[in-house]
Amino acid sequence: MKRRPILDVSDLKTVFRIGGRQVAAVQDLNLTVAPGETVALVGESGSGKSVTSLSIMGLLPRKVGKVVAGRILFRGKSGEERDLATMDSEALRSIRGNDVAMVFQEPMTSLNPVYTVGEQIAEPIRIHLGRSHKDAAESAVGLLAAVGIPDPGRRARQYPHELSGGMRQRVMIAMALACDPVLLIADEPTTALDVTIQAQILDLLRKLQEERGMGILFVTHNLGVVAEIAHRVAVMYAGRVVETGAVTDVFRHPRHPYTMGLMRSVPKLGEATMLKRQGIPLPTIAGSVPSLLALPDGCSFAPRCPYALDQCRAGVPALAETGGRHKSRCIRWEEI
Amino acid sequence: MLVALSMLVFVLLRLAPGDPIDAYINPNVAMSQAEMAALRARLGFDQPLPIQYLAWLRAAVTGDLGYSIQKNGVKVLPLVLERVGPTVLLMFLALVIAIVGGIAAGIISAVQRNSATDVGCSVAAFVGISSPPFLTAILGLYVFSVVLRWSPSGGMLTPGTPFSLSDLLSHLVLPACLLSIGHAALIMRYMRASLLEVLNQDYVRTARAKGVKELWVIIKHATRNALLPVVTLIGSSIGMAVGGAIFMESVFNWPGMGLLLVNAVDTRDYPVIMGATLIIGACVILVNILTDVAYALVDPRIRVA
Ligand SMILES: Nc1ncnc2c1ncn2[C@@H]1O[C@H](COP(=O)(O)OP(=O)(O)O)[C@@H](O)[C@H]1O
Ligand SMILES: [Mg+2]
Repeated sequence: MKRRPILDVSDLKTVFRIGGRQVAAVQDLNLTVAPGETVALVGESGSGKSVTSLSIMGLLPRKVGKVVAGRILFRGKSGEERDLATMDSEALRSIRGNDVAMVFQEPMTSLNPVYTVGEQIAEPIRIHLGRSHKDAAESAVGLLAAVGIPDPGRRARQYPHELSGGMRQRVMIAMALACDPVLLIADEPTTALDVTIQAQILDLLRKLQEERGMGILFVTHNLGVVAEIAHRVAVMYAGRVVETGAVTDVFRHPRHPYTMGLMRSVPKLGEATMLKRQGIPLPTIAGSVPSLLALPDGCSFAPRCPYALDQCRAGVPALAETGGRHKSRCIRWEEI
Repeated sequence: MLVALSMLVFVLLRLAPGDPIDAYINPNVAMSQAEMAALRARLGFDQPLPIQYLAWLRAAVTGDLGYSIQKNGVKVLPLVLERVGPTVLLMFLALVIAIVGGIAAGIISAVQRNSATDVGCSVAAFVGISSPPFLTAILGLYVFSVVLRWSPSGGMLTPGTPFSLSDLLSHLVLPACLLSIGHAALIMRYMRASLLEVLNQDYVRTARAKGVKELWVIIKHATRNALLPVVTLIGSSIGMAVGGAIFMESVFNWPGMGLLLVNAVDTRDYPVIMGATLIIGACVILVNILTDVAYALVDPRIRVA
C-alpha cells in the first residue's frame, strides 16, 4: 500500500530573525503524508512543531520568520504537485482553507468573537467554492451536524462565547473541513481540552478521516495521543526530526535515546497514580531543551543523552535507515 | 444626574462674587436701597439658596426655565432650543471628520507599522493631542481666514444673502475641522494600538488560515474587534467635544449653545446659564446612552439574551 504522498517536505529550513540574528527553528526536515494517512509530529514544547506547520501553511509571522531552504511539495485537489515554499502569496491563499486546512491548539481564542460560528464556517465555502451566502450557510449547518454538534441550526446562529471549549474545537474542525481539504494540519488540537473531551475529538477526527480520506498531520507533545491516532510518527528535537517510522515500530523498538526518554516519561495506565502514592516522581528526561541561540555542536540531544560519546559532539548525525521505513538520527542506534 | 449638575451650577453661580441683582439694574437710573430690596423680594433673591433652587427646579420640571435677564422678557427654553441645531451641526460634522479620519489613519498606521506613514501619523497625532482647542481655534482662524482667505471668518450664514447650503458649508467646514483635530488624533492613537493588539490574536491567524484575502482579514476580522475600545472613546469624546465647541463657537461667532453660554456668563444671565447647562447635560447623557447601544451592536458578548 504505497500511495503517492499529498505532502512531501524535504530538507526544510525555517529561520527566525531574533534581535538581528538569524536562528534556525527547523532544519533538515523531511516529512511525507499520504492520502488517508495520519502522521504525528511529536516532541517537547519548543522543538519546532508549530513552526513546521506554519511553514507548510505559509503563515509564518511576516518579516520575522521565513523558509530559507527545502521544498514543500503539495498535491492539492487538482492533482497537480506544487512547491508551497516558492509559491506567491496569492496562490498560497487560494490553497489555504481549500486544499489544506489547519486546526489550532486554542479553541477559546481561535474563533472570532464578533461573528456567529455559522458565519465563520460558511466564509471559506464562499471564498473558495464561490457559493452564495444562503447556500454556504446551509452547508455550515450540515458541517456542524457532521462534527457531532446537536441542534446545529440553532448553534450556527450562536457566537463563540456561547459554546464550550470542546464545542468550539468541533467548530474549528468543521471550519477546516468546510472545503473538503486533502490535508488537515492539526496543531495540538486536544491539548487545551480535558481528557474525556480529548478522547471524543480524537474519535471524531478518526471518523472524519475514514469518511473523507484526507491526510492528517497531527502535532502533539503527547505520545499517548500518538498511539491513539497516528499511523506514522516523526519525533522532533531542537528543530530536527530525530526518529521517524511506523508508530508500531517506533513504540516497540525506539531507536533514539530521546524517543526512549519520552516514552519512559509517559506513564502506563494506572501507573501514574501508583507512583504518586509511593511518592516517586514520574521519570523525566534530565535537563531541558536547548535554546536555539545556543545549540550545542553535533547532536543537539548529546548534553542530555545518557549514551553520548565524544563522537556525538563532532557532527550532526545523519538520519540513518534502521530497517523498513524506520530511521534514527543516532550513531549508536544499533546498540541501544 | 441632571439634578446634581443643575444644583452644582446653581451653587457655583451664587458663590461667584457679585450680586445677581446687579444684572437687573440699569446703572443710569438711580435706585434707592428700599427699591432694591423690593426688587430682590420680587425676584426671590431674598430667600435662602435651597428654597431658590427648589423654586427653579419646580418650574424646570414643567419645562419653564424662566426668562432671560438680558433679553427682556424672552423665555429661556426657546432661546436655548434654537441654539441646539447649530451646535449639533457643528459637533456632528466635527465628529464625523474625527471618526472617519482617526479610524482610517489608525488602521493605516497599524498595518504599515513603523513605516514613514506610521511615524508621520503618530507625530501628527501627538501634536494634535497636545495643542489646546483655543490655540487651534485662533491659529486656524488666523491662517485659513485671515491669511489664506479660504473661509469666512465667522457666523453661520452670510447676512443679507438668501440661504444656500454651500454658504452654510463654507462657514461650517473650518470650525468643524479645527474642532475635530484633537479627537481625530486621540481616536487614531486608540485605533492603532487596538488594531496592533488584535492583529496578534489567534482568530486573525485563523482567518488567514481559511484563505481570507489580507484586506478582508484587516477590515472584517481585525477592525471590527479593534473598534470595541474605540467606540467607548468616541462616546466620551462627544462629552469632551462640548468644551471645545464652546471655544470654537465664540472664536468663530457660531450661533450655537456655546456662544449663548459664553455671552450669558459675560452678562451674568443666570437663568440662561442654568438652562443652557441643563440642556447640554441632557444631550451628553443621551449620547452616552447611544454609545452603550452602539457598543452592544458591535460586541455580541454584551448583548442581552
Ligand atoms: N514568532 C517567533 N519569533 C521568534 N522565534 C520563534 C517564533 N515562533 C517560534 N519561535 C522559535 O521557534 C522554536 C520552536 O517553536 P514552536 O514551533 O512553536 O515549538 P513547538 O514544538 O512547541 O510547537 C521556539 O524555540 C521559538 O524560539
Ligand atoms: Mg506548538
